[in-house]
Amino acid sequence: MNEQTILSILLENEPGALSRIVGLFSQRAFNIESLTVAPTDDKSLSRITIVTSGDHQIIEQITKQVNKLVDVLKVSELNNMAHIERELMFVKVNAKTPEARDEIKRTADIFRGQIVDSTNQLYTVQLSGKKDKLNAFIRSIRRQSDIIEIVRSGCVAIARGAQSLSV
Amino acid sequence: MSILDKETEEHSAAASQSLLLQRGANESNSLQTKSKIDLFTGAELVLESLKALGVKHIFGYPGGSVLDIYDALLGQEDIEHILVRHEQAATHMADGYSRSSDEVGVVLVTSGPGATNCVTGIATAYMDSIPMVILSGQVATHLIGDDAFQETDMLGCSRPIVKHSYSCRDVESIPAVIAKAFHLARSGRPGPVVVDLPKDKLATQRIYPFCMPEEIKIRSYSPTIKGHTRQIKKAAEALAVARRPVIFAGGGVILANASSQLEQLTECLDAPVVNSLMGLGSIPGEHPNFVGMLGLHGTFEANKSMANADVILALGARFDDRVTNSTNKFCPQATIIHVDIDPTSISKNIKAHIPVVGSIDVVIPQLLNALKKSSFSTDPDDRKDWWQQIKSWRDRQCLAYEKNGDNIKSQQVIESIYRVTNGDAYITSDVGQHQMFTALYFPFKRPKQWINSGGLGTMGFGLPAAMGVKLARPESDVVCISGDGSIQMNIQELSTCLQYGLPIKVVILNNRNLGMVKQIQDINYDGRHASVYMESLPDFVKLAEAYGHIGMRVTCPQKLEQALEEAFAHKNKLVLIDVEVEEHEHVFPMQKKLGAIDDMWLAKGVDR
Repeated sequence: MNEQTILSILLENEPGALSRIVGLFSQRAFNIESLTVAPTDDKSLSRITIVTSGDHQIIEQITKQVNKLVDVLKVSELNNMAHIERELMFVKVNAKTPEARDEIKRTADIFRGQIVDSTNQLYTVQLSGKKDKLNAFIRSIRRQSDIIEIVRSGCVAIARGAQSLSV
Repeated sequence: MSILDKETEEHSAAASQSLLLQRGANESNSLQTKSKIDLFTGAELVLESLKALGVKHIFGYPGGSVLDIYDALLGQEDIEHILVRHEQAATHMADGYSRSSDEVGVVLVTSGPGATNCVTGIATAYMDSIPMVILSGQVATHLIGDDAFQETDMLGCSRPIVKHSYSCRDVESIPAVIAKAFHLARSGRPGPVVVDLPKDKLATQRIYPFCMPEEIKIRSYSPTIKGHTRQIKKAAEALAVARRPVIFAGGGVILANASSQLEQLTECLDAPVVNSLMGLGSIPGEHPNFVGMLGLHGTFEANKSMANADVILALGARFDDRVTNSTNKFCPQATIIHVDIDPTSISKNIKAHIPVVGSIDVVIPQLLNALKKSSFSTDPDDRKDWWQQIKSWRDRQCLAYEKNGDNIKSQQVIESIYRVTNGDAYITSDVGQHQMFTALYFPFKRPKQWINSGGLGTMGFGLPAAMGVKLARPESDVVCISGDGSIQMNIQELSTCLQYGLPIKVVILNNRNLGMVKQIQDINYDGRHASVYMESLPDFVKLAEAYGHIGMRVTCPQKLEQALEEAFAHKNKLVLIDVEVEEHEHVFPMQKKLGAIDDMWLAKGVDR
């Protein structure tokens, strides 16, 4: 059975480290639904969040293969524990008439989004949340106006409680 | 401390500690306070590092980016550089050198084409887990990314086929980077490591002290060596109650130098042992418990034993598709215990019921200990039925073949080489029918004696690999068994053999065809032979002579053994023996496509 899995990876902040991860996924035909990467508070470490999918055996193989990379210090399957996940999205929509502007503003409020940029022709809405919430917002805004552009950050996630991914 | 050159220093903190002097000043000892500290250029640091790591031979080819290292090679005698004729061959030589010894093979090539020519050899070493360090030149740092002359992103090119790779970004770190590369190459599951060396880091105007780390620590790398106690206990319990156990020993046993432990375990369990292609030699071919190689061209008794086993103990094997045949039909009755140092090998192709991560040489003694504490009895009667069964499979004599007076059979050549060398020679092979015939008809006596490209299946591997073996084992006979196709993929190295006086023996099983491809076309493509005829073969005898060696041709079976005797009597000359063998011979046994492990043909049209 295919299931989505969130992998958190702590690795050396070295040139080429990211390409090893990405290369591994394409080389072994593993899926990447989303990938985010940035340095941590310790500048020598980067943290990657990958959303991937596959059956149990594939996820086990992905975890082991990622762990095997010399640059990788820790890998954690966040689905196996209570966790918090968020994604950030900007949506640029046409907002030419007063009716459209009101409607978009109302929808953004319902989803707890914010309008972060505005011209007399358009709004840019910022929204964060789980993937499903972001998808739902896109569906409803599409009924009201034309979407000009969307950018999504991909998922970032962290375990709840005392569990942590650190050296 | 005075800084006498004009180069700007990126790392001012490091610079204040390092001694930055002009070479001339140091050599003339004008700065007497520093006279006791040896100082080196980047290129010299590379060589000092290799020396400190005990390297005696490196295999390479010069070019613009690495000329500083070549220049530094002139001034020393600790390391011998073997100049190849093609960089691919350098990697295979380093590979053969490593496989026949406990050393890390070292390759030195220039940037661009020098580096990319190594790709096949690196992939070969990667697939078979061979420790190798490839020092590849790179254009100067300020030119990287500019599509400079002979620039290639070697780290990118080699990424999927290396254990790890490094780029040297500052000169002082060269020794530490090379030490790490060696450590990674030979520890855990061994493999090739690429070290990219930009020209400006080698051709330094200034000189640096040589500072080798005493201990290598990589915080993100610590392979598991010892098996987990609970898993060992589970494995021992399964083995203790097994009625039809099989030990499946792969190349990991040889890499871990665990042959004596394997024999102990075999005798303790009185279990049959099968080998993967890479595992041959891990147990003597004449050992009474050895039932042969398994897999696509495995023996009937090996594949049958696996198919009927109730417990399979896989040691350092990775259940390659050439072993398993259809994975969904693979040994359904068996409990599979899988011991490997690489966790990714376990349950990758075949689900292991009892996984054990650890080094074979450590895990086997752990298993023996645990067996002692379990209910395991050593009553030979327990195995009687199992061995009776195996005997009935052996009695099928799956390796029997028909000889005739007119044509030489490939099988015959292998058997003759065994007799003439007393079975002691190191044997390398290329890829194809001759490789399978060698694996089946040469009972290897010891580990590291059989050297072939098992995982990648690289034609052109055999000759350079044999040269590497000869350098590592100069006192031993080394034979490259090749085919008329494979030998032409690196034949230029006959020239290198003359330069360095490498008196190996090259036996070509010449059937005027790409035999293995033809066999598959015979069986799976209704005999439609596409691109397998080698209609313009060179005269291999003349070719050997042109390169300054002895060439011989054998065409009739009666003269075969005598010719081989004669060839091997030339102790100090390379002899190439072109043996004209039966054109249409197939390798049997052979698994049927998409079948179970024991669905096989024993001869043309003969089902099991």
